[in-house]
Amino acid sequence: MKLQTPTLILAILERDLRLALRHGADTLGSVLFFILAGALFPLALGPSPELLRHMAPGIVWVCALLAALLPLDRLFGAELEDGSLDQLMMTGLPPSLIALAKMMAHWLTTGLPLLLAAPPLGIMLGMPTDSLSILLIGLLLGTLILSLIGGMAASVVLGARRGGVLLPLLVLPLTTPALIFGAAALDAAQTGLSWGPDLELLGAFLAAAIPLCPLAAGAGLRAAVE
Amino acid sequence: MENISVFRGERLVLDQVGFALDAGDALLLTGPNGAGKSTLLRVLAGLRKPEGGHVLWSGVDALADRSRHAERVAYLGHQDALKPGLTLLENLTLAARASGADPYSCMSALNISGLADLPARMLSAGQKRRAALARVLLARAPLWLLDEPSLGLDSNTMGLLETLFRAHRDAGGIVIATTHVPLPLPDAKSLALPGLNESDIPQAMEDFPEDDLF
Repeated sequence: MKLQTPTLILAILERDLRLALRHGADTLGSVLFFILAGALFPLALGPSPELLRHMAPGIVWVCALLAALLPLDRLFGAELEDGSLDQLMMTGLPPSLIALAKMMAHWLTTGLPLLLAAPPLGIMLGMPTDSLSILLIGLLLGTLILSLIGGMAASVVLGARRGGVLLPLLVLPLTTPALIFGAAALDAAQTGLSWGPDLELLGAFLAAAIPLCPLAAGAGLRAAVE
Repeated sequence: MENISVFRGERLVLDQVGFALDAGDALLLTGPNGAGKSTLLRVLAGLRKPEGGHVLWSGVDALADRSRHAERVAYLGHQDALKPGLTLLENLTLAARASGADPYSCMSALNISGLADLPARMLSAGQKRRAALARVLLARAPLWLLDEPSLGLDSNTMGLLETLFRAHRDAGGIVIATTHVPLPLPDAKSLALPGLNESDIPQAMEDFPEDDLF
C-alpha cells in the first residue's frame, strides 16, 4: 500500500488543479489582487521614479504575501464543509501528506501565478532589470514558504468559528522572516551589495518549513475531523 | 478470517457501548436523533478517537495506526463529498487510485455509469447518494460504515443496494449502517443506542473530565 503514496499525492494535486481550472475566477483572484494592490502604490505615493524604485522590493513582497493569503481559508475549509476531508483521510494517506499535497496545490495555483506576475509589476515600479532575477529567485523561495506556513495555519484554524479572521493574524507574523530576507536581498542587489546571504537564509527557512509545516498541518487536520 | 470489533465507553454521547462482529455480519445502529450513531461510525472509521475504550480488529487495536485502519474501511458520511465542479468520474478518481479498482464497474453497479461525464452539480440528490455509494464500492474494503445509506434513494436503487450488500457479506465483508428506515440486510444484528434523556445531561456533563472540554 505504501507504494501508492506518490500516486495518491499526484491524484490530490490533479484533482485540485482541475478544480482550480473549473473555477478560473477564484484562481485568478489573488493574482489580480497582487497586480491591483501593487498598482495602487504609484497612485498613492506620487509618480517619483526614484521613490518608487527605492520602495519596489518592499511593495512587491508585501503584495505577494497578502495575495497568497486570499485563497487560504478555502484550501481546507471547502474540503471540511462538503465532507471531502473525511474521504481524503479515508484514502489511507497520512494526514501530513494530505496537507503537503494541498500545500503543493496552493503553490501551483497561487504561488506560481504570482511568480509570473511579479516581473511586470517590478518593471512597472521601475525596478532595474538586472535585479529581476533576484526578485524571481527570492519569490520562488518565498511563495513556497508562504504555501507551507499558510497551509499549516489554515489547517490549525480549520473548524474555528472565526477562522478567516484568525488566519492572517497567524500567518503574517510567521512569514515576516521571509519578507525581511526576501526584500533585503532585493535591496542589496539594487545598491550593489552582496545578496547571497539573504537568499541563503531564505533557503534555510524553507528547508525548515518543508518537514515541519506538513507535520503540524496533519495534526490540525486530524483535530478538525474529530 | 475473524473480525471482532469492540468499542466501549465514550462518555457523554456514547456510554460504554460494546459489540463484536464476525466476517459476513451486519449491524444496524438505531436510536433517536442525537443518540450518537454517526459519532460511533466516525470512531469506528478512525476519524475520531474515543475518550475511553478500544476498537479491536482481529484482536489488535485498530486505532493505533489510523492510516492503516483507513484502508480496511469504506466510510459513507451523511454528506456525499462530491465537488460540484468536477464530473462524476473525476469525483471518483481519487478513491479509484487509492484502491486500484475500476470506477466504471462500480458506477454501473449503481446504475450511474451513464452520468460519468456530467458535472456533479447537475446530479439529483439521489444520484449524488448513489455516487457516494459507488465510492464505498470502489474502496474494496472489508468493513463498510454507512451513515444512512438509503437517504434519497428510489426503490430500484434499494434493490441494487440489496444485491451489493449480499455480495459484500458473502465475500466475508462486514456492514455497519445507521438507519431510520428498514434496510435490505437479512439477519442483521441490531444495536439500539438509547440517547440521553434531558435529565441525564447535566449529570453527564459533570462526569466529563474538564481537560476534555476543549
